[in-house]
Amino acid sequence: MERRKNNTMKRLTEKIISATIARLCVEANTCFRKDMKEALVRAINSESNPRAKSILKELLENAALAKSEKIALCQDTGLPVVFAEIGCDVDVRGLDLNRAINKGVEEGYRRGYLRESIVSDPLDRRKGSKFSPCIIHFDFGLHKGLRLTVLPKGFGCENKTQLKMFVPNTPIVEIKDFIVSAVKAAGPDACPPYVVGVGIGGSADYASLLSKKALLRHIGKRSAQALVAGIEKELLADINKLDIGPMGLGGKTTAFGVNILTYPTHIAGLPVVVNISCHVLRSAGAVLR
Amino acid sequence: MLYSDRKIIEMRLPLNEKVLKGLKAGDEVLLSGVLFTARDQAHQRLAALLRKKVSLPFDLKGQVIYYCGPTRTPPGKAIGSCGPTTSSRMDSLTAPLLRAGVIGMIGKGRRSEEVRKLIRKHKAAYFLATGGTGAFLSKRVISAKAVFLKELGPEAVYRLVVKDFPVIVGIDSRGEDVFDR
Ligand code: SF4
Repeated sequence: MERRKNNTMKRLTEKIISATIARLCVEANTCFRKDMKEALVRAINSESNPRAKSILKELLENAALAKSEKIALCQDTGLPVVFAEIGCDVDVRGLDLNRAINKGVEEGYRRGYLRESIVSDPLDRRKGSKFSPCIIHFDFGLHKGLRLTVLPKGFGCENKTQLKMFVPNTPIVEIKDFIVSAVKAAGPDACPPYVVGVGIGGSADYASLLSKKALLRHIGKRSAQALVAGIEKELLADINKLDIGPMGLGGKTTAFGVNILTYPTHIAGLPVVVNISCHVLRSAGAVLR
Repeated sequence: MLYSDRKIIEMRLPLNEKVLKGLKAGDEVLLSGVLFTARDQAHQRLAALLRKKVSLPFDLKGQVIYYCGPTRTPPGKAIGSCGPTTSSRMDSLTAPLLRAGVIGMIGKGRRSEEVRKLIRKHKAAYFLATGGTGAFLSKRVISAKAVFLKELGPEAVYRLVVKDFPVIVGIDSRGEDVFDR
């Protein structure tokens, strides 16, 4: 405590955090992610099924319209999942970060004419819906500043999430089968082409978190671990052979990408979670310094 | 029957048995006229009212129900983003609406075997709109007005007037399913 050099710590305010979250909510919901757009354009060029091609072009047109008209890419503006990573040089003492972030979400969703998709009571849904509360994952790191990322997760695809606790020495081919079968189960329902986020390792809850975080990685970038990168590539090829295609009407574009994150786990287990995203994979981030 | 090489068919709403007979699963259709939105909560309420034989504030006869909960409406626009939601969640509440005269449904994804049979029985149709294109589809909506369950916001029933609203026949009146391939 005595060694803390207070004058080098960046003091943040709730106001600036709210304002940043608000801006990110609007940006994520109206500006199609650059890596997604690149993947979409590549798919349009390589797709040979005429209906698939025309649907993919519609998606591109949708993204252009959302941007020019400042309107949500999709009416399901999701359950906002916020990642707040507090760096080593920021001072957040005394701040109510939960309140600041939720206030920002409400502000952004109102300003962006987005949708109230949150029911306060999951078991009594008669009272209508609201903009908040969102889901917040706090973390601390040695980086500088406060990193904020907003991932509005649509629930058509969130509903297709699958978790399986494998035994330790399960052959990789069985894990791959599980991931492919999760995509197959999602089928035409959750707005394919998909991006498949996978979390392997940790605990059941941590693997879930990893599977969601995996969706934040640039979809053109492969894992830094050679083994995992290989699995990602093989999975993408296998998934694109399923012939689900855009909107499930056939074609070779069933997924744009497969992103896997791994973490150490217990000697007795091997948790795997598949978190599917629809083609409207949205996120936006900023660093407050 | 994967890809229809038939021309895009233009249709006026409301629909009737006769025009639906001419449609095949996979056909591309442009709908113009009136649609009513209803999703999870509206289905619960409508089904409950129909069970109690209470008369509804709007007539379902010959109507097409769009599974959609739009965003808020930005100023100067007819509607916000307004694409389809996953239809299968409405499967268990589809029978009473079809019995009440609904003749078409628009959504995304597969339907249950029960719904497929009901569609055949009622000579109705299920249409697919492209999921995740709510901005694009909003341009095909001329006007929108909440007419029932307004307090539910996005889950209210909206009366939409649409022009050239693009859909694909998912299940035709004979019960043929575009996803059976
Ligand atoms: S699954 Fe994605 S694209 Fe489809 S309706 Fe939900 S948020 Fe929109």
